[in-house]
Amino acid sequence: MTTATTIPTIITATTMFDDFLIRAAFAGVGLSLATGPLGSFVVWRRMAYFGDATSHAAILGVALALAFNLPVSVGTLGVALAMALVVSTLAARGWAMDTTLGVMAHSALAFGLVAISFVPGVRSDLQSWLFGDILAVTKGDLAFIWGGAVLVLALMVWRWQALLTATVNEDLAHASGLNSDRERLVLTLALAVVVAVALKVVGALLIAAMLIIPAAAARALARTPEGMAGLAIGVGAASSLGGLALAMAQDTPAGPSIVAVAAVIFALAVALGRLRPG
Amino acid sequence: MSLIAADTLCVRFGATEVLHDITLAIQPGEIVTILGPNGSGKSTLLRALLGIVPPWQGRVIRAEGLRIGYVPQKLAVDRAMPMTARRFLSLPRRVDDAAADAALARVGLEGLGGRQMAALSGGQFQRLLLARALLTDPQILVLDEPTQGLDQPGEAAFYRLIEEVRRDTGAAVLMVSHDLHVVMAASDRVICLNHHICCEGAPRVVSNAPEYRALFGLGTQGALALYQHAHDHSHDHSHDHHGHDHV
Repeated sequence: MTTATTIPTIITATTMFDDFLIRAAFAGVGLSLATGPLGSFVVWRRMAYFGDATSHAAILGVALALAFNLPVSVGTLGVALAMALVVSTLAARGWAMDTTLGVMAHSALAFGLVAISFVPGVRSDLQSWLFGDILAVTKGDLAFIWGGAVLVLALMVWRWQALLTATVNEDLAHASGLNSDRERLVLTLALAVVVAVALKVVGALLIAAMLIIPAAAARALARTPEGMAGLAIGVGAASSLGGLALAMAQDTPAGPSIVAVAAVIFALAVALGRLRPG
Repeated sequence: MSLIAADTLCVRFGATEVLHDITLAIQPGEIVTILGPNGSGKSTLLRALLGIVPPWQGRVIRAEGLRIGYVPQKLAVDRAMPMTARRFLSLPRRVDDAAADAALARVGLEGLGGRQMAALSGGQFQRLLLARALLTDPQILVLDEPTQGLDQPGEAAFYRLIEEVRRDTGAAVLMVSHDLHVVMAASDRVICLNHHICCEGAPRVVSNAPEYRALFGLGTQGALALYQHAHDHSHDHSHDHHGHDHV
């Protein structure tokens, strides 16, 4: 490529992100890169409630960040990480997970909502933290979302074989010289990053949905773990674009629209999977 | 030089001593079966020998660079995870198609590489686990209740396969079982375990080791027997709850 053709391309690329809709679309697709493979592990390891607990804790992170004048991303990342580590530690010690996680998920949300009511001037914004505000994504947000998503994707690719082996059977992983505790920590870290990244896009209440629904849809059609993770990225991206289109056309809230489209794709995928032999 | 050995190994879970004073050694090429009732510490012994469970006292010695093929107990691939037989063989190390096909053929699963694991029968599933374990060209196969859930013919076929593998590759085999006849017929040596080693020896020498009969009841009388080894350890400790007298 010559310089003459490169310069117009760059100009197009920078001005392209001036359009809020383009930014929103890129935010959704970027998030899907991380939620596809991570969501597959959430489904395989039955960590759905784990995702809930971690993402609900993000609201508490928002409150703390605003109270201490920190960037919101720092607050959500920190609190999500703390919550993920606590839950992961309890899981490793064999606590009754559905009860424990139920308590953690809902109390994190409740404390977060109470805490946020003490921060002046945020109440009006509350809905955007709960349901996301993808149409208000800035270029800075976009950089944060893509940075986090690529980080998580790279982590998944790097640890893929080890993560998969530890998920199939921990003893098998141990006997192959892998440390399943370390792999669990990898997933925990990845989850915290995804929560921080996804907060702006779909909001705290629907982050777990973006992890689970595209992966569940992909399950119906995939034959291998890689196929499922890849398809889940595709379903997530398609849901984001479809949800945005719906939001623009019908003036519906964008975050819930994205999840609603994902749910429709899930239903279609399950039906299609039933029709296919084998 | 033994492949794996335990030297006065004790394992505790919390305050419970699961394994007491275990000393054993597995030699190249031999088939050793660990027999014992449920909850006698069989799986724990295998896991301790593999280094999954740390010793509380004593130690485990594995030969330098030992290649182990491991078939864990109760491996279940959740239906939530799509996984073909071929893909499973590449966990955790990727193998090429030629090696995968050879391993599948070795265990009688030719052409089933594209099958979903959830769609395999119990016998096919265990054979696939064995195929995966064979891919590392192991010096020793460690199998934890490999025929659990199989019917008698399936069980017999699986043990024949194990013997063939040993004959062809020279790999030692260490396996755990709680059932008796077929296993013992396929073994060079049997170790009876009930938290400690009650008795051990060649199965064919056999029949009336009182420890063995006390552990498994009298129904096996005359079928197979065990050579009683000289006890070098006391049976008077607190967990000696299997209710029989040692000679």
